[in-house]
Amino acid sequence: MSVSIQRLEEIKKDFLSKQKVFQKTIRVCCGTGCISSGALKVLEKLRTALKTEGLDEKVKVIETGCHGFCERGPIFVFGENDIFYQMVGKRNIDADVSALIETVKSDKIAQNLLYPDPNDKTKKFVATREIPFYSGQQKIVLHLNGYIDPESIEDYIARGGYVALHKALQMKPEEVIDWIDRSGLRGRGGGGFRTGRKWRSCREAHGSPKYIVANGDEGDPGAFMDRSIMEGNPHAILEGMIIGGYAIGSNDGYIYVRDEYPLAVKRLTKAIEDARRLGLLGDNIFGTGFRFDIRIFRGGGAFVCGESTALMQSLEGKIGEPKAKYIHTVERGLWDKPTNLNNVETWACVPLIINNGWEWFANIGTKNSTGTKVFSLVGKVNNTGLIEVPMGLTLREIIFNLGGGIQKGRKFKAVQTGGPSGGCIPAEYLDTPVDFDTLTELGSMMGSGGMIVMDERNCMVDVARYFLNFLVEESCGKCVPCREGVKRMYEIVDRICNGEGREGDIEHLEELGKAVKLGSLCGLGQSAPNPVLSTIRYFREEYEEHIKHKKCRAGVCKPLITIKINEKCNGCMVCARNCPVSCISGEKQKPHVIDQSKCIKCQICYDVCRFDAVTIE
Amino acid sequence: METDRAKLDNTIAKYGNDRSLLLSMFQDIQREYRYLPKEAIKYVCEKLNIPVVKGYEMATFYKSLSLVPRGKHTIHVCMGTACHLKGAPGVLEAFERDLKVKRGGTTEDMLFTLESVNCLGACALAPLVRVDEKDFGKVNQTSVKNIIDEYKRGE
Repeated sequence: MSVSIQRLEEIKKDFLSKQKVFQKTIRVCCGTGCISSGALKVLEKLRTALKTEGLDEKVKVIETGCHGFCERGPIFVFGENDIFYQMVGKRNIDADVSALIETVKSDKIAQNLLYPDPNDKTKKFVATREIPFYSGQQKIVLHLNGYIDPESIEDYIARGGYVALHKALQMKPEEVIDWIDRSGLRGRGGGGFRTGRKWRSCREAHGSPKYIVANGDEGDPGAFMDRSIMEGNPHAILEGMIIGGYAIGSNDGYIYVRDEYPLAVKRLTKAIEDARRLGLLGDNIFGTGFRFDIRIFRGGGAFVCGESTALMQSLEGKIGEPKAKYIHTVERGLWDKPTNLNNVETWACVPLIINNGWEWFANIGTKNSTGTKVFSLVGKVNNTGLIEVPMGLTLREIIFNLGGGIQKGRKFKAVQTGGPSGGCIPAEYLDTPVDFDTLTELGSMMGSGGMIVMDERNCMVDVARYFLNFLVEESCGKCVPCREGVKRMYEIVDRICNGEGREGDIEHLEELGKAVKLGSLCGLGQSAPNPVLSTIRYFREEYEEHIKHKKCRAGVCKPLITIKINEKCNGCMVCARNCPVSCISGEKQKPHVIDQSKCIKCQICYDVCRFDAVTIE
Repeated sequence: METDRAKLDNTIAKYGNDRSLLLSMFQDIQREYRYLPKEAIKYVCEKLNIPVVKGYEMATFYKSLSLVPRGKHTIHVCMGTACHLKGAPGVLEAFERDLKVKRGGTTEDMLFTLESVNCLGACALAPLVRVDEKDFGKVNQTSVKNIIDEYKRGE
């Protein structure tokens, strides 16, 4: 028997009536970040304590996906009054669990678990909605992340899940495509191509069968939004894909997930099984005769497989080498058949557009970049984590309002967007509204949404070297400009970092960069020079300092720095005890000295000194 | 290492003898042996009627596959951008010093293999280290020893 809208309604009623026995809900973030911070241990203790207190039947504890505020994990939120507890169990796990029980029993708020203002520690926030990190966001893609149990299809259905699918199946496929097109949705994976246009080309392409692919091979370093959607709300992706399948005329979908994301694989697998069980995947969905099924494919730890043609090669059981795109994948993709590939975040937008109408989506964001974008705000910013904001918000608003400014009160230097294909944007462009086109104009790109904030202690030449090294390792080696060109660029930048830079190196890098851009086959190579070219464009003086004066102002490039101990040293001996090569000597309570001939410049002494006595020159 | 043919047959059958799922088969075999034994590559390729060289191509292209035996625990030091900026290179060096192996190497007692990885997607907790399936966030050079000790004690 096929699934019906009445059946969904029944599941919803049944689920909600079961919830009535609970007087309270606690939503526990079980995203990867909070799990690494120890959320599961606290959760286990909380469950035991609730049982001992006889409260386990009255309090519902939901293990949700990522809440976004990873910096402050483990996160526990009380459902009814929105009390936001952070860093639970970080200092004293038993005391914190007792505090949670107290809040359950008497709504007593534990002050020490509240989020303090990073710039004024005496000010504390009680409710989630009051915290600037959350209040500045507009969550539509992530609206259920942190609320639902990602392993419960019933929970998703109770919040209106799969209604969009039913609605779409009542529409004509062309009409669905028309809605997606008019919504202005652009691919969230990096390129920013119009999704509706892509779908239409694929529908009109000759050949069958046709395939649907969700790209969950989120390889950009510093980005984890796709992971959070896959782990936190997997059904949204499935629903989007089924709608896409119907619109394009495809019956088979694949989700390609990174090997590094085991939890995402687990939750997607469960979601697919549940959807099959209810008849939301399989034959005759909603009695319309439409058949669709989805399979998961685990990647093998190769960055280049995030590129669409390479991903399809990998799906075919080959190594992930990209192909030239003379013929688009919408015409000849997987097994040479028309294939429509979108990023998982794009797929998760689809049910929202169908549910709320294309006008609604088109009204969010800017004229040419509609909707919201999920960013991972990381690096040297106070509030690191995952945020979703409307397109067009400025970098300043994102970094200083939501992000709470730079850590340790240091100075902002640059923000890197777009992963290894993007670039570094300096302070003078902080007031730029963020969308697909403005970032490209600045020599960077949207990419998948990584936003890595750098401060004055980060060396831009070192950052360029970092990305080049990344690309040298990840280049598949198929075409020469990328395989050899990027390596040569790396060698030059490495030389500069080591204090062996020569006159003319910068010009040489620019020339090589242009050649690699022009000559490479796929997006990885074509955008590979971006991190170098953008840092030269905005931070040329740092390159020149390295080359001419052999100086690294950020104190990062080891051959160019000397670590010294100044007169502030009171001889506490902490640095000497921690030095891995025992090159620090001195008597107790007297200033210490570093033996420069032995020093490996690991900077542990700098990190452990509490008296500002260690300096990097 | 002696490979169990019956087990290999099971793995191949699990994926329906489908050649396009070779990577998945290899990943399962690697989980079993902690690396991809040469005999296993040869056996699976012959069974699926794929040239053995294609199997090697696969095994050397994808980073998650290893042709050399790995230690009991694999330490992945994340080298993502956020981790890099927050001191991951120093953390990797600290592991190299303490374990006396270079990146990619395995300790003599076969207890640890040290690897770097280009982003584990927990950037808010940078620098991140993953040992087997467990993540350690905000690691610094001085906490490296504690992580190693935790696993040594478990022996």
